[in-house]
Amino acid sequence: MTSYMTKEVAGLDRKDIMSKAEEMSDKGYRIIQMCATSKNGITDVLYSYGKDLDMEMYKVDVPEGVSLPSITSYFWSAFIFENEIHDLFDVKFTGSVLDYKGNFFKLSTKTPWKTVAKGGE
Amino acid sequence: MGKRTIIPFGPQHPALPEPIHLDLEIEDEKVIRAVPSIGYVHRGLEKLVEKNDYQTMTYIMERVCGICSFGHSWGYCSAVEGLMDIEVPQRAEYLRTIFMELSRMHSHLLWLGLLADGMGFESLFMNCWRMRERILDIFERTTGGRVILSFTKVGGQHKDVPNDVLNDVVSILNGMKKELKCLTDVFIDDTSVRNRMIGVGILPHDETRKLGAVGPTARGSGVNNDQRSSDFGMYRDLGFEPIMDVQCDCYARCKVRVNEIYQSIGIIEKAVKGIPEGPVSVQFKGMPPVGECVVRIEQPRGEAFYYVRGNGTRYLDRARVRTPTNANIPALVKVLQGCDLNDVTMLVLTIDPCISCTER
Repeated sequence: MTSYMTKEVAGLDRKDIMSKAEEMSDKGYRIIQMCATSKNGITDVLYSYGKDLDMEMYKVDVPEGVSLPSITSYFWSAFIFENEIHDLFDVKFTGSVLDYKGNFFKLSTKTPWKTVAKGGE
Repeated sequence: MGKRTIIPFGPQHPALPEPIHLDLEIEDEKVIRAVPSIGYVHRGLEKLVEKNDYQTMTYIMERVCGICSFGHSWGYCSAVEGLMDIEVPQRAEYLRTIFMELSRMHSHLLWLGLLADGMGFESLFMNCWRMRERILDIFERTTGGRVILSFTKVGGQHKDVPNDVLNDVVSILNGMKKELKCLTDVFIDDTSVRNRMIGVGILPHDETRKLGAVGPTARGSGVNNDQRSSDFGMYRDLGFEPIMDVQCDCYARCKVRVNEIYQSIGIIEKAVKGIPEGPVSVQFKGMPPVGECVVRIEQPRGEAFYYVRGNGTRYLDRARVRTPTNANIPALVKVLQGCDLNDVTMLVLTIDPCISCTER
């Protein structure tokens, strides 16, 4: 029985993003989601791949100013996550097949949003 | 080759209950390309995790959407419970399963109404929403809320629902079946409705899987990623089997949702029969530890993904929701390519987009 809950997240080197995407694509996985987390100036991006009910997750550290390769050549639907991460967290993706160049979200507040102190202090 | 024109579709459009913008590049009456834009109602709810503790975030998470509000609170609380190793009492799990299926019924009835409205079938639209009111009445009677229920908390449920009330709920649902059948027969058998949907908006099985579509959109193309087949909720104990179709068109997606309404009544009936006595919440101490947890649940529109990251304080580092519509937008964009301009409304509607969820 597949569990709907998991705590297992594997680390992934930036240079291995594309080879992992290719491997997952070849195995018939889909991209479930990508999301970024920023803390103390360090951002990481979480890739979640799924096949039927199975899921594998990989986390990549992204130092400030460093771009990541876009996985849209393997998973076209990743454009929605990459553009969101770009607009809200200022992580740039190179080689995207559908790059909105910062215009995916029509927001009234300027992005990227900076981290605020806990509790709004 | 005809002249290419770009038609802006939305963010304000009669067929769209919520704002999404599509640039439809058309040639004659055919859509050549569709480019979506969102963000018109983006609220930054995930960002609020920096200002609100993990308990308060439950109330924020259930406001991600007014239709699948209950599911969002369940998904978020499950992720925090997983992070903190909290075991929820079985009665609470049963109650969560029952309310999830009630949510599915009211979401699908709302969607059927919107579909009828999109076809100009106003009386059908009003009757679907009239039936939906009965589910909202059940919510009001059991939790006090009609839209935002505030029923779930980390560790269980805020309050119990007595067994006699649960039995009443089953009686109400069984009493709805005859009237429901009159309505759903129109969606399945009516010639004009069938003509509008059969063979329209084909999403082939392999492409659907590759695009990562979820929920009835995926199941209408024979792709099963229904999280109720995993160990989520009490579904495994209730003998859950996903409803699938292989026609891959708008009609298949509609049929899946229609059949799921009846399936939900069956699941609720079984759950009410099997619900054990006992507490509905558990006491716990401490703060979310350093670590992360991911939960996937099956919302009415499909698989939803919840990610939380703790740091040992009462504030989480991150709370992320990937809603079903977020996963279905790429499938929508693909299916729009090559369709007739007249069918755009049907295609958008049968994906059942919830932009409010997507904009969280």
